Amino acid sequence: MAEYLVLIYGDEKAVDAAGQELWDELMQRHGAFGEKHGASIRGGNALQPTGTATSLRFEGDKANVTDGPFAETKEALGGYYLIEAKDLDEAISIAKDIPAPHGGLEVRPVMVFD
Amino acid sequence: MLAATVRVTRDLDLAEECAQDAFAQALTAWRSQDVPARPGAWLTTVARRRALDLLRRDTLWRRALPLLVEDDVSRSAEDIVIDDIEIPDDRLRLICTCCHPTLSREAQVALTLRLVCGLTTAEVARAFLVSEPTMAARITRAKKKIEAARIPYRVPAADELPARVDAVLDVVHLLFTTGHTAPAGADLVRRDLVERAVDLARMLRLLLPDSADVAGLLALVLLTDARRATRVDDSGRLLLLEEQDRSQWDRREIVEGVALVREALRRRPPGRFALQAAIAAVHAEAATYADTDWREIAALYDVLVQTWPSPVVALNRAVAIGLAEGPAAGLAALDALAAEPQLAGYAYLAASRADFLRRLGRIDEATTAYEEALLLTDNTVEREFLERRLRQLRV
Repeated sequence: MAEYLVLIYGDEKAVDAAGQELWDELMQRHGAFGEKHGASIRGGNALQPTGTATSLRFEGDKANVTDGPFAETKEALGGYYLIEAKDLDEAISIAKDIPAPHGGLEVRPVMVFD
Repeated sequence: MLAATVRVTRDLDLAEECAQDAFAQALTAWRSQDVPARPGAWLTTVARRRALDLLRRDTLWRRALPLLVEDDVSRSAEDIVIDDIEIPDDRLRLICTCCHPTLSREAQVALTLRLVCGLTTAEVARAFLVSEPTMAARITRAKKKIEAARIPYRVPAADELPARVDAVLDVVHLLFTTGHTAPAGADLVRRDLVERAVDLARMLRLLLPDSADVAGLLALVLLTDARRATRVDDSGRLLLLEEQDRSQWDRREIVEGVALVREALRRRPPGRFALQAAIAAVHAEAATYADTDWREIAALYDVLVQTWPSPVVALNRAVAIGLAEGPAAGLAALDALAAEPQLAGYAYLAASRADFLRRLGRIDEATTAYEEALLLTDNTVEREFLERRLRQLRV
């Protein structure tokens, strides 16, 4: 078994514009995901929107703190799940049940240190 | 053989070492004894036994993450039966794994050619018209991805299979063309690669009898391979389509191929393998070279280049135009491709230009073009052909 991080990306403007109806649907679908794949889920959170983000970039030891996400992209990082699966295909089949309107998902294997 | 060993070791690099080791043992053993009746099976047995030995000897391997995860985990190392027969399923598993969608198309083809067919990195690089270090890096990255992301070693489920097959078809086609006209070496044809490509194409046909694309690929491979007996003469000299003895073309392969083309062309729009097969069928059905319907071939290339806008296809189309409408038209079509970066190192562009220049009586330019083609050609048989053309020009 191995762990994968599933990153949820979405266009915040488009999701906001879709309003309460989409939000309710997302809540319902995330709930359903948790029930169906509970045994595989090791963690997960929704993140507050990119407007609340802070970035740090370093010049030597000095940290420059700035407003906003690290990378300005149309589809921003909105949340994640940490899942356990026996192989990539299983990870993908679990991830497919995660809702990601106006965006998509990234499935990344977690590094293992011996 | 590598595929069968992979099942035991679940580690591509280890499997490769074991396979090479088996070959080394074979060479020593066969010198002192007779060659076994089924050398393929013997090699597989030795390689797998060695892999099992390694697994038992070094417990670190058992503790390490299985780099390729198998479905039938119920088998322990001691239980694995060493089969007499080479299981085609293993090759299909390996090729399906190499063509997993998480790998880029480039990586899929490169990895399959390297691991399933055993081409050297240099040979794979030449098939792609890229440099050897670029290809080596590509293959290493792909292997690391299979390992790190834990891509499973299996044939995909029915719903995922068609998309996977698409990638596999690309790979099998490239395998066939590499074997049909070897990029380097003393032989024009590498029989082992061609046979594996045909086997794989037939296997896919059994698995997906309703797929027009699979039918198209098998048709293309059969119709092209039908000519194998006539492509070089007894002294190993290259023979052009013009010079080939068509009575020596394999009639059974042609009949089978033509039937498959009809089936493959039913898909709308027609796939690129179906179109290439249709072109091969036009050649196969011409009783003599003079009977070849070049206009139909050029028209098929017009459609093909839209479906598949590759510079090599455009080159082939230009040649067909030249043969249909005359060398001046062909040369014009070729010159339109002069700026294509991917064709810069491609001998067939220079060789085609040389041929049309020769037909137009522009001897000095033809000479330069043949010399350029020679600089870019590594295959001995093709070099000899180009040298012969040069000598004929000087007469």
